[in-house]
Amino acid sequence: MLAIEIENLKKTYKGGLNALKGINLTVPDGGFFGLLGPNGAGKSTTIGIICSLIQKTSGTCNIFGHNIDTELEEAKRHLGVVPQEFNFNIFEKCIQTVINQAGYYGVPAHIAEKRANQLFKDLGLWEKRNTIAHALSGGMKRRLMIARALVHQPRLLILDEPTAGVDISLRRHMWEFLEQQNRNGLTIILTTHYLEEAEQLCKNIAIIDKGNIIENDSTPELLKKLKSETVCLTPETPLPNNFQLDGFKSRIASDGDLEVELSSDISITELLATLNALGIVVSRMSNKANRLEELFLRLVEGPSNA
Amino acid sequence: MLKIQLVGLITLVRKETTRIFRIWSQTILPPVITTTLYFLVFGNFIGNRIGELDGVSYMQFIVPGLIMMGILVNSFMNVVSTVFSAKFMRQIEEVLVSPMANSVILLGYASGGIIRGCIVGVAIAIISLLFEPLQIQHPVLVAVTIILTATLFSLLGFLNALFARKFDDITIIPTFVLTPLTYLGGVFYSISLLPDFWKKVSLFNPILYLINLFRYGFLGISDVPIARSLIGLLVLTIAVWFIVLSLLKKGKGLRN
Repeated sequence: MLAIEIENLKKTYKGGLNALKGINLTVPDGGFFGLLGPNGAGKSTTIGIICSLIQKTSGTCNIFGHNIDTELEEAKRHLGVVPQEFNFNIFEKCIQTVINQAGYYGVPAHIAEKRANQLFKDLGLWEKRNTIAHALSGGMKRRLMIARALVHQPRLLILDEPTAGVDISLRRHMWEFLEQQNRNGLTIILTTHYLEEAEQLCKNIAIIDKGNIIENDSTPELLKKLKSETVCLTPETPLPNNFQLDGFKSRIASDGDLEVELSSDISITELLATLNALGIVVSRMSNKANRLEELFLRLVEGPSNA
Repeated sequence: MLKIQLVGLITLVRKETTRIFRIWSQTILPPVITTTLYFLVFGNFIGNRIGELDGVSYMQFIVPGLIMMGILVNSFMNVVSTVFSAKFMRQIEEVLVSPMANSVILLGYASGGIIRGCIVGVAIAIISLLFEPLQIQHPVLVAVTIILTATLFSLLGFLNALFARKFDDITIIPTFVLTPLTYLGGVFYSISLLPDFWKKVSLFNPILYLINLFRYGFLGISDVPIARSLIGLLVLTIAVWFIVLSLLKKGKGLRN
């Protein structure tokens, strides 16, 4: 069973902008799926169409086998949505926001309250359950939206930039929570600008750019496509700013580190041997950025960066 | 699926009703104060000098019109403001992403307007008792007119909210359409007092029919045919329901 099955999905906005140019996408039941892309690539449009907040121009979209054109209400029963922007009533108590949302999905208030209380405990919001929503911090508001999206026990959770503006410690707590939900059988679709987040959480990743899916594979397979990576070497003795390492693409960074782009056919041993031959002693070595970030930039910024 | 729709509707109605009472000083108190002043100034101070109109005291004459004015304005305002605010703050997405049918969403929001319209109508009727005893000659007609009018103007409020893009857009209709049409719709006078030309012009004002329908329910007097007014109100309410529903289905003003 597929959680999401999208075929030839197109969206042209009134002004003529082709936000989606016929994308195909499948998300397996139980998957943790990352949808990545630069701003304006079509991520939010895709999610908006799945959630029925945006009308598609053409194409089909099935949610657990239910077509959104013919069985919209049935399809939406399975969805939980955490949007990018806060969209709850800021004058309501947190518990009421969650109970109301459950009601819209047919969950009576007395059941919803028990579920909401459990979610507040799991998400570290228990103390705030009777607080008016506008008094919450940004991170708490994000967690409130997750609780709201899960209260009706959906089979598919869509998270649009769920950790934007959330500090690292809280982000990691949210990751653990989401991983646990996924292990319990919840299918998750995630869009994020934190590529480390996608690399860590997602089993499959699709990259969308200018309305087209330009990559769609399992995360390990996607990372294999990265033909090179940049390593940062800290020399014991500072090197001149115009230093170039023969046979390598290199540069001296502003902090004095030597950054070397290492293609897959050259080993680190070779690099270190070259440096050794030049009498350069390296005290520390690290990756410049996470691997997915490099791949992402190469894919969306074109072949000149490959 | 029926259970989902029913629980969803109850949730939305409860939420809207809670809102009306939470901000009662904005939703219930102002129309009650304004109408009390109308009763005091026009009904009591000036009305005593006017004497009888169509066989009833001036105070009795204006009570149905003022109740009707309270119902239609408040039904409209409740829905247009709650839907537009929800749209502006994006809270309406909570409802739009849910499996609630468009008809249930519409009914839920309209119910808020109907409830507020009825609360304000009853409050104005109670206040009028301080000035003059209230007679109701056709109670069923009064009840049907209240429900249909509150429903019609709640739906019109929803329609306005769909097209509104900024807060100014939700005040245009009440200020420049509803208020003039209501004042010129015979709340304070019978059109039989007007010159022929203005009498004919008044017949194009739909609010005139609502006020007279309501006045007939209370006092048994009307300037216009009752059956035609009632059928017109019913047909218009059904027509607006389907128009708004069709726009909701197309996503007008809410989706995209």
